[in-house]
Amino acid sequence: MELFKQTNFDFLGRKWPFIIASLVLTAVGLVSLAVKGGPRYGIEFKGGMLMTVKFQSAPPVEKVRSVLTAALANAPTVETFESGSNEIQIGTEGADDVTLAKNRQLVLDTLAKSFGQPGNGKLDLNNTSAGQLADRMRDPLQKAGTSLSDPQVNDLAAAIVGWRNQHGGLLSGLGELNAVAGVTPQVQGILAQETYLAPYTAARDIEIVGPKVGAELRSQAINATLLALAGMLVYIWFRFEWIYGVAAVVAVFHDTIITIGLFSLLNKEISLTVIAALLTLVGYSMNDTIVIFDRIRENLHLNRRERLTDVINRSVNQTLSRTVMTSGLTFLTVIALFLFGGPVLHGFSLALVLGILVGTYSSVFVASPIVVFWQNFMDDRRKTAGPAAVAAANAPKAVSAKPMAAKGSVKAAK
Amino acid sequence: MVKVIVILAIVLACVFGIIGFPRSLDQLKANVSHNIRLGLDLKGGSHLVLQVQVQDAARTQADQLIESLREGARVANIIVEGYDRNDPRTLADTNTIQVNVHGVDQAKTQAFRALVADKYPDWLLTPVNAADYRLNMKPSALIELKRNTVTQERETIERRVNALGLTEPTVQDHGAPETQSEILVELPGVDDPARVKDLIGTTAQLKIVEVKNEGPWKSKEEALGAKGGILPIGTEVLNWPASANNGSGGWYLVSRSPVITGQDMRSARAATDSDSPGRWECSFTLSQDGARRFEKFTGANIGNRLGVILDEQIRSVATIQSAISDSGRINGLSTEQEASDLSLVLRTGALPAGIRYLQERTIGPSLGADSIREGLYAGVAGLIAVILAMLVYYKKAGINAVLALLLNTILLIAALSYFGATLTLPGIAGVILTIGMAVDSNVLIFERIREELRAGKSIPAAVDAGFGKAWWTIVDTHVTTIVSCLFLFLFGTGPVRGFAVTLVIGLLANVFTAVFVSKVIFDWELGGRKQITALSI
Repeated sequence: MELFKQTNFDFLGRKWPFIIASLVLTAVGLVSLAVKGGPRYGIEFKGGMLMTVKFQSAPPVEKVRSVLTAALANAPTVETFESGSNEIQIGTEGADDVTLAKNRQLVLDTLAKSFGQPGNGKLDLNNTSAGQLADRMRDPLQKAGTSLSDPQVNDLAAAIVGWRNQHGGLLSGLGELNAVAGVTPQVQGILAQETYLAPYTAARDIEIVGPKVGAELRSQAINATLLALAGMLVYIWFRFEWIYGVAAVVAVFHDTIITIGLFSLLNKEISLTVIAALLTLVGYSMNDTIVIFDRIRENLHLNRRERLTDVINRSVNQTLSRTVMTSGLTFLTVIALFLFGGPVLHGFSLALVLGILVGTYSSVFVASPIVVFWQNFMDDRRKTAGPAAVAAANAPKAVSAKPMAAKGSVKAAK
Repeated sequence: MVKVIVILAIVLACVFGIIGFPRSLDQLKANVSHNIRLGLDLKGGSHLVLQVQVQDAARTQADQLIESLREGARVANIIVEGYDRNDPRTLADTNTIQVNVHGVDQAKTQAFRALVADKYPDWLLTPVNAADYRLNMKPSALIELKRNTVTQERETIERRVNALGLTEPTVQDHGAPETQSEILVELPGVDDPARVKDLIGTTAQLKIVEVKNEGPWKSKEEALGAKGGILPIGTEVLNWPASANNGSGGWYLVSRSPVITGQDMRSARAATDSDSPGRWECSFTLSQDGARRFEKFTGANIGNRLGVILDEQIRSVATIQSAISDSGRINGLSTEQEASDLSLVLRTGALPAGIRYLQERTIGPSLGADSIREGLYAGVAGLIAVILAMLVYYKKAGINAVLALLLNTILLIAALSYFGATLTLPGIAGVILTIGMAVDSNVLIFERIREELRAGKSIPAAVDAGFGKAWWTIVDTHVTTIVSCLFLFLFGTGPVRGFAVTLVIGLLANVFTAVFVSKVIFDWELGGRKQITALSI
């Protein structure tokens, strides 16, 4: 099966609508960033306390917000995930680690008071650790005359808590525990007597980051990425020409800016996993650009008399089938991740979905035009410099391709 | 033929690296989960980043210098009016540590200078005027102090965490090497880190000192007032918080120089309190050297009082009844947990400096289980889609690509397992990019072969040319990405590094599978037939 045989689209002839689209997208993103005062950083980068709480049914967001606002010094943020899960994220800010740790305890206590039954003296089985459960069951089990040793009680508690964790972390009824080995009717009776089930679990994900550390992590991630881009520029310069390096890095930068801008527009957080996705997208977009540049270099070497625009068009056409295939397949994987990956991977896969779309077209419509613009600019300068230079200007590709293309071809011939 | 053997050997080594030699299904599962180490974000647990407050150690050094100078000056008959030091409070101020010496006998200037130069090479002596001096720590000594403090801190925390009996905890240096003052603690499976945090954070500076036969007073101010505003040299006022043992507590005047410190401790254990029923105590025994000193001191001070001080707070005060040789106890603890935690920190030694928690993340095991399951489903769904598309689009050659892709994944996982690396969420991002680039390498080669076929080349020539021409493109894309990973690894932190490591391993594996293995399969396929008339691609 073949989708494209010997296509001959004039890609560069239709570059303007795409360049304008790019500029508009970049501008919209930058405006959104400017209006909102920078990207919306995740807890890792701005510092604070973040807690993920899962409810049995649709979470009572308003009630959570009001009880927490009453309990905390600063109003917390309470957000839902859009994928219809019953989880909410509670975030608070604080000046230092001690305040944040206190906030965490306050949030946990307030949730227990508002949604659990702390007054009845029973243990909340949905928010307990295996150790606490074992301590709670030990005496009643002994009184009931079971012959379980201490380690056996620990194992039983660990099995019950483990089963809960494997099944979403929330039990809706004690009957579910009949599936656990060792939970006899007698144990069930003791569980009913000693424990109850709150309609939520708070032990999903708790994160505390000091504000100063957040800023440090942020600048470190940005610096590392910028240095990585510089490293790639130098390598491409070495293998091609400096303008190719610049063009590739500008294209990748363009993809990153647009993705960050869209994240700001959609009001999504830039968390550590989103940074990982951005790094992936940098790698992906760079890969895509280099494949096309490689073909341009090869074609320049084959035909030195052709216009650069034509060479680029031909190169893009020749690699079109590969571009569509690779992007399509990668996109397929990422879409699967976006649809089925769950809330944890949501921001990550969204960044990749956006990034692959933008990254694929930027190789053709951003990186290549930059090379052409530069070439034309140099030609114009040569023409105005004097008639003697015209001869050279007729074959600008030879000039541009001379040192590096020759090197490449020697190697390729081996 | 040699090539095929090499490939098979590598595959076998990789499969062994992942599953070992399983004899049953359960063992297979156990081996896989042992060899593929999941990060805390995937399996749940607590992740703590803490900062060593090196300035504490610098203050201790300055105090020791003052004590030692005082003694040295006395021995050398140099009259010195007084000593003090500044009080750096933050980590960034560590370098400012300074000891001031006031009123050195001007006739003995030479002797004083010689004393400092001789005995304290780590300190730089600068005259302020004829009689006053200041001492600053030399930069090289500061670096050494920093390094030693952090190392000692890390080792102590490691001992404490190991004593808890958790499975596979991690305690390691964190952050950039030049500013190294952070320690990373990872505790898989711990979803309530409060107790562990307290345990790690206790400085546990234990000392037994002489308690002067005065007081107690109700407050520090009152104590100071009673002594006319100036404490006798070598003493300080410390608090004994109210507890069941001492009623409302109080402030005591104690000697600054300890008889016994935590370093003299040989062992410690929790026991029920023999004095007050229902309470707990921590009893400890001393090392030989410590016991000798303790016996000498207690023998000479019968009737005087001794105090046990932990982290600058008095824990108990008792009158010496007779010479005590090698043991002591801290009683009046309210729970067994408190007693056993205290014994644990005494056994594992004191922290040379306090700590601050910079970052803390606790991922509940249920979230870890959910994200693994969902991520795995999504990954498998994506992979199946890719495999089907490759098979439909490239027919038989698609099998090549799929084999190369699977082999690449196996190589990557095996390499991670051999290196003992952990797989985290950013690491999975690296795996996804690897798979993307692996697919791309195959697509590049196949499209190139198709082009060469269209150009009228014979099938073997087209295959050779396809691989040959795609080779340099593959090298360029891979090297560029590896170069960027190098920078990410050098300048990035934990998660960014994880991404870089996984990606580099994946790309190296990919060059092997997509270029070498795939070519061998093609050659084998073509070599088997005499007349090659068609290539399924």
